[in-house]
Amino acid sequence: MSTYLLRRIWQMIPTLAGVMLLVFFLFNVFGGDPAAILAGKVASKEKIDAIREQLGLNAPIWVQLWIFVKQVFTFDFGASWSTNEAVSAIILQKAPVSLTVMLQVWLLDAIVAVTLAVAVAYKRGSFTDRAVMGICTAAMSISLLLYVVVGQWLLAYKLEWFPVLGWSDDFWTNVSTYAPLPILLLLFVSIAPSLRLYRSFVVEETGQDYARTARAKGASEHRVMFVHVLRNAAVPIVTNLALALPGLFVGSFLIEMVFSIPGLGKEIVNAVQRSDFPVIKAITVYLAMFAMAVNLLVDVLYKRLDPRVELK
Amino acid sequence: MTQQQASYGFWRAAGKRLWADKLARFCMAVLVVYFLVAGAAGMGWVAKDWNEEVGVSYANPSFLGDDYPNPQGKNSIISQDVLVIDEKQKAVDPLAPYYEEIEKNAAAYEKAEVKPSWTLLLGGDKWGRDVLDKVIKAGQVSISIGLASALLAVFIGTVLGALGGYFGGKLGDLLEWFYNIFTSVPYILLVLAFAAVFGKGVSTVILVLGFVGWTGTYRLIRAEYIKQRGRDYVMAANAIGASHGRKMFVHILPNVSHLILVQLSQLVVDFIKAEVILSFLGLGVPTDSVSWGIMINEVMPELVLGKWWQLATVAVVMSTFVVSFGLFTDLLRDALDPKASRR
Repeated sequence: MSTYLLRRIWQMIPTLAGVMLLVFFLFNVFGGDPAAILAGKVASKEKIDAIREQLGLNAPIWVQLWIFVKQVFTFDFGASWSTNEAVSAIILQKAPVSLTVMLQVWLLDAIVAVTLAVAVAYKRGSFTDRAVMGICTAAMSISLLLYVVVGQWLLAYKLEWFPVLGWSDDFWTNVSTYAPLPILLLLFVSIAPSLRLYRSFVVEETGQDYARTARAKGASEHRVMFVHVLRNAAVPIVTNLALALPGLFVGSFLIEMVFSIPGLGKEIVNAVQRSDFPVIKAITVYLAMFAMAVNLLVDVLYKRLDPRVELK
Repeated sequence: MTQQQASYGFWRAAGKRLWADKLARFCMAVLVVYFLVAGAAGMGWVAKDWNEEVGVSYANPSFLGDDYPNPQGKNSIISQDVLVIDEKQKAVDPLAPYYEEIEKNAAAYEKAEVKPSWTLLLGGDKWGRDVLDKVIKAGQVSISIGLASALLAVFIGTVLGALGGYFGGKLGDLLEWFYNIFTSVPYILLVLAFAAVFGKGVSTVILVLGFVGWTGTYRLIRAEYIKQRGRDYVMAANAIGASHGRKMFVHILPNVSHLILVQLSQLVVDFIKAEVILSFLGLGVPTDSVSWGIMINEVMPELVLGKWWQLATVAVVMSTFVVSFGLFTDLLRDALDPKASRR
């Protein structure tokens, strides 16, 4: 096990180096002159030169790359170009906000989608099954944007069930007042694809020999479903849930913009609009690292859930 | 010659399977209408004047009639004050002696004043633009972005996948490394990072979506090439001395082209959705142009004023297209690749 872990971590190094190279070249080579962006519209030659010197842009490219690598490993990306806040402080401050919304979405989506998937799989092939799948297909085809715009207008503005938008400093106010509507709208969008996917996992398992054996020995349909089938269908379901984790940190850009939730997603969109490169660079690199760690975790989980899996 | 016939047979059989499905025929009819209208808009035959002020601000849709309340409409209680210049004012107005001359000169440039209409077929937006024209023009922009970026992504994915799968070895490892890099960053974040660097504009959106979205096609085509490269027909091609390029693109490519078509179809839908979101966030199509995302961006303040027609139009038009294209993709996949599992 530990040799496996060591080897996997060893294999991550080239990918991580690649991500850092990609980000570096994207922003430092194609990204235009940051000094010109920083100095503003009316900039003197001296000012631009001073900024270039300060950012180390006059150094050769490999020195700049080294600066970037040092930034990544010391967690010090310097200050944001637009607000002058430390980038690490921004990330630490915004990530929990995104998670406040997205962790609930993630949990509720898992609970609802798995429950419905099992319920539908009981009646596979029936009219209910096909109707639910049809609704899912239709729901998936409609853009998230329309759900958000119409949902905010109808549920918050017209019916006044929720505040239209906002966020406070108090965690409980956020959870009880501001988060429910974004969560509800995101669930509308996320449940349909999850349900379709999980149903296919469950249905695939119900056709297996072991399920037939369990039925033949007299196990009730409920027992077959929950003890035998679900245990096996859990492997791909858990994988799918774990792979969604990195996305939670950025939240949904759209929902954070529309509902004015000051999370990482909103921060990134704003950073893109202001050409605030350090913020985007930092978030991209760290999320890639996190995603790699999650992938490793998924493989270890595989082994846990399904002892037949050989880690090699 | 025989090979050509066999290939023709496959496509024809798939076409027949697709045509036998009523739903597929319906979807195709819808898509043909969309593409014809988008093409006509691209040629400037329809919706050429989408940016002109043809109605009053928030002109009512015709089916609501012109007596539906609208502050700028026919039933408006606000009337424009007409400034009358009387003798008293002329006495203090330094320009008064020149009025006649000014009016005479102005007459040379007189233009027939177009009276903005009270109602438009599907209503008007804030600037009195016709929503129907707008949605057609926006459709042309969104659909062409979706098609172009999907073509780019599929092209990159196919070429890299073919190289990686066919040659394997060092080159294959290098391309796998590339693939791992692109897939280790969450998709939408990568799109935004590229958008941050390349700025705004229609061609930029196409490049960004194409450069970021090739990974799925690459994976699929690579696996397919690994499978195909050991087959007898490739050996036979090898025996008659075909070059690598010829084997890859003349012999193997036609045998995986149905998968490429399905990928293309899938990516068009995905990229149109992505473009809509990017434009909505203000990172896609510039605002002097129009796309479905920009139209949705405009509707939020309109809804508060009770002007729902632009949202209704764009929602119906866009959803019809996306649903038809999505269903068509599923059915196309079934017809071309019956063994593939559907999820």
